[in-house]
Amino acid sequence: MRATAAVTPRSLVGGPSLTKTGVVLGGGLLLVLLAGTVGLALGSVGVGIGDTVAILGHRLLGLPAQVSWSVPAEQIIMEVRLPRVLTAMLVGGGLAVAGATFQAVLRNPLADPYIIGTASGASLGAIAALMLPAVLPGLAVGAASAWLGVGVVQVLAFGGGLGAVLLVSAVARAARGGAVTLLLTGYAVSSVLAAGVALLMYFSGNHLGSIFAWLMGALDGAAWRNIGLATPLVLVSLLLLVARWRRLNVLLLGEAQASHLGVDPDRERLLLTGLASLATSAVVAISGTIGFVGLVVPHLLRLAVGPDHRLLLPASLLYGAALLALADLGARLAGGIPVGIVTALIGAPFFIWLLVRSRRVPVAES
Amino acid sequence: MTLVASAPEGAAQDRVEIAIATGLAFGYPLPGGRRRDVLRGVDVSIAAGELVALIGTNGSGKTTLLRLFAGTLPPGAGELVLFGRDAGTWSRMELARRVAVLPQSLELPTGFRVGELVTMGRLPHSRSLFGATREDKEAVERAMRDADARDLATRYAEELSGGERQRALVAMALAQEPQLLLLDEPTLHLDLAHQINLLETITRLRRERGIAVVAVLHDLTLAAAAPRVAVLDSGQVVADGPPDDVLTEELVRRVFRVAVESLVDSTGRRRLVPSIQPLDPGLPAAG
Repeated sequence: MRATAAVTPRSLVGGPSLTKTGVVLGGGLLLVLLAGTVGLALGSVGVGIGDTVAILGHRLLGLPAQVSWSVPAEQIIMEVRLPRVLTAMLVGGGLAVAGATFQAVLRNPLADPYIIGTASGASLGAIAALMLPAVLPGLAVGAASAWLGVGVVQVLAFGGGLGAVLLVSAVARAARGGAVTLLLTGYAVSSVLAAGVALLMYFSGNHLGSIFAWLMGALDGAAWRNIGLATPLVLVSLLLLVARWRRLNVLLLGEAQASHLGVDPDRERLLLTGLASLATSAVVAISGTIGFVGLVVPHLLRLAVGPDHRLLLPASLLYGAALLALADLGARLAGGIPVGIVTALIGAPFFIWLLVRSRRVPVAES
Repeated sequence: MTLVASAPEGAAQDRVEIAIATGLAFGYPLPGGRRRDVLRGVDVSIAAGELVALIGTNGSGKTTLLRLFAGTLPPGAGELVLFGRDAGTWSRMELARRVAVLPQSLELPTGFRVGELVTMGRLPHSRSLFGATREDKEAVERAMRDADARDLATRYAEELSGGERQRALVAMALAQEPQLLLLDEPTLHLDLAHQINLLETITRLRRERGIAVVAVLHDLTLAAAAPRVAVLDSGQVVADGPPDDVLTEELVRRVFRVAVESLVDSTGRRRLVPSIQPLDPGLPAAG
């Protein structure tokens, strides 16, 4: 018999050690702050890091400060860059947590937040909204968005994303299948919706540019009002997801074993995909469809910190937020190209690398 | 190896029934509205502290019966009472606090250490949002010890051999602290020493905590060591009782369609041994 292992089971029962948790989450928080500060300071007009920090301290925390900066600098930071950086963080964090959730629930390493129809549903909604002035008065939607203070595009994108997921879930439930049925239904419904998107684009005439920009993911429309509406939706869903970390872990054992451990796999899958889709729809509504963040960040973190969702989900939130803030900075410095292009340029090579070493991908295949 | 529980069989007034099946039937739906009947009226009851070896041919309904006892399949017809209540009235989580299952096969996710996997068995009892309670830690420690899996605690699931996996899975099931333990071929992949260790652990848990155990076994020698053997054939219990009464040459020939010889070993116990002719060497004919 081998000698008792160096680490006793006792220390594994409590989950990741405090040191590991502290390093991972502390490092993530630091990266978020760093990415935020750099993202605020850099841009077409450079504001010094010192001034940036001083402006934030003065305006957000009410710290007394010697005003050493220009009024336009303060306006750029507070009215343009801060909402944009915060939007990027909300979107990146939300997509990464939703992606980690979908990868576990569907037991599929290639799952991303859009896999069961959110992206195509939201795209159809947004494009309908972009073309709306040309097609319909759209009175009801217009009134609703005016009341909320956000654009028709955001309202229809949110509704389209969530609507597509509800449709997919209902069909998958009617088919009485498991995770694979949900995956296939999502693919089928997405294809139909994508055909609708293509059809609208074909007839879109001079709207094509704005449609294309939305599809590639756009953060230049960032506004405080949008952040205010999306933040509670995203944060509440993410908190509820993190609180279900035990069930997410157990779902990785397969549906039969999950149910032996007291988790109803059908109900749990519906609940978890619903929460992740709520977060996804809210961020898609304010940013368009930004790819790869939701796929790549959870995989990177699984390799780095392990598959336990207790640590994986909070880490995804922080590192996803930092990554998209940095990608958006890159997009702005590259002359304002859509951030989706930057994430795809970084994400696609990573994706290929992932496929090559897919034997190491720590999510069981369905 | 003595597997007889301390409570004498036949002390009927001491029996605390854990599962009672009456006319229990189940069929899996097939495409086209048809149904493949697997269980056709099973009558069996299991009491606290009992060990029942469940034997039968492939496809006789052993695994399906375990699933019904675990509450993951709803009875098609007949009645199933678990812990004094109709099986359908238990929630999944309530049952998971009382019933643990060692499945026949389980794909373990990669990246988890055995200690973490065994801790997942605590989910039905978990009361802390992010950490583990003292009871969780003690239960996991105990389960690892009982399953002889302590030396595996820090190993990754994907690095385990078949037998090590099986010990980890047994530990996960024991961490659930069940009153009814359902084992689907528990000795699969285990070497002889670990097979005997597992059966001895089960016997101790039955005596110390009154756990009831139903174990699907294929090895008739192991089954004969259990105090009670139930035989499933074509979805019905065709024999149920002490091994000496149940495991007769006639029954084995009828149910398993193999000839057996009855031998008496040096301790005077009767053993059934399948009559297997030495196989042809299979070498190509010379010339």
